[in-house]
Amino acid sequence: MLARLVPHPLLTLTLVVVWLALVNKVTLGNVILGAGFGLVIPMLTRAYWPDRPRVRNPRMIVEYTLVVLWDIVVANVQVAMILLFRPEARIRSTWISVPVDLTSAEAITVLAGTITMTPGTVSATLSADNSAILVHTLDTDDPDGVRDQIKTRYERRLKEIFE
Amino acid sequence: MDMIGEILISAALVISGIFGFVGSFGLVRLRHTLQRLHAPTKATTLGVGGMLIASMIWFYVEKDQFSFHELLITLFLFMTAPITAHFIAKVYMVQSLRPDDLPDSGSEHGWSPYEEAPEGHRKP
Repeated sequence: MLARLVPHPLLTLTLVVVWLALVNKVTLGNVILGAGFGLVIPMLTRAYWPDRPRVRNPRMIVEYTLVVLWDIVVANVQVAMILLFRPEARIRSTWISVPVDLTSAEAITVLAGTITMTPGTVSATLSADNSAILVHTLDTDDPDGVRDQIKTRYERRLKEIFE
Repeated sequence: MDMIGEILISAALVISGIFGFVGSFGLVRLRHTLQRLHAPTKATTLGVGGMLIASMIWFYVEKDQFSFHELLITLFLFMTAPITAHFIAKVYMVQSLRPDDLPDSGSEHGWSPYEEAPEGHRKP
């Protein structure tokens, strides 16, 4: 019964929180309205969510967020230096193929998004069987190092969160 | 408004301005489409981020209330920006690159714009 009423508990919780943040005021009426959205929207869109992503290690999400935010700040400064002071001919852009061990679509999506949001790397596409991500880097002299960093910093943590 | 708040807000605005400028400058300066894709990812992260932090501090110091809207803008940006970049990269790959230009995928299947997904896999 509960599983029919709330097919995606995490989605419901997210919708309530986002609604409260949107109206910017926590009152009883807003909580009830948000809960209404949290109940109706997952029911209406259930057909488009065949699988439910399972989160195994919620504490890891906090660690992952902090690591990514820190990396964004550091990489921002590095890329700004390259853009401002490196002569055009000495910017060594290259493609890197990063093998992925993650299997769930949600985990791969988060990994690809993280790679794009950290400046200096953009994830371009996946291989046809979802076993590798094609990454374009703005400037690197050590492609293997970038690949290993993506695998150890991001993929290892995502694996603990989702799988 | 007290002095410390003003200093923090100004610092956040200056940082945001610098990175917004560098992002746009990179867009003009870099030569290849894919290199250009890297420049705006900076304007959206630290550039917009600094602006949002300044706005949050202002609401807290001046209006004495906590504002959640900035956190939501960050959340939506982080969800939409990679998708835009992903689409631009994919269109560029289909229009201007051949599979030979790219490194090997390391599996028996090639990159998805050039190859159909094998049985049992959803097309990413």
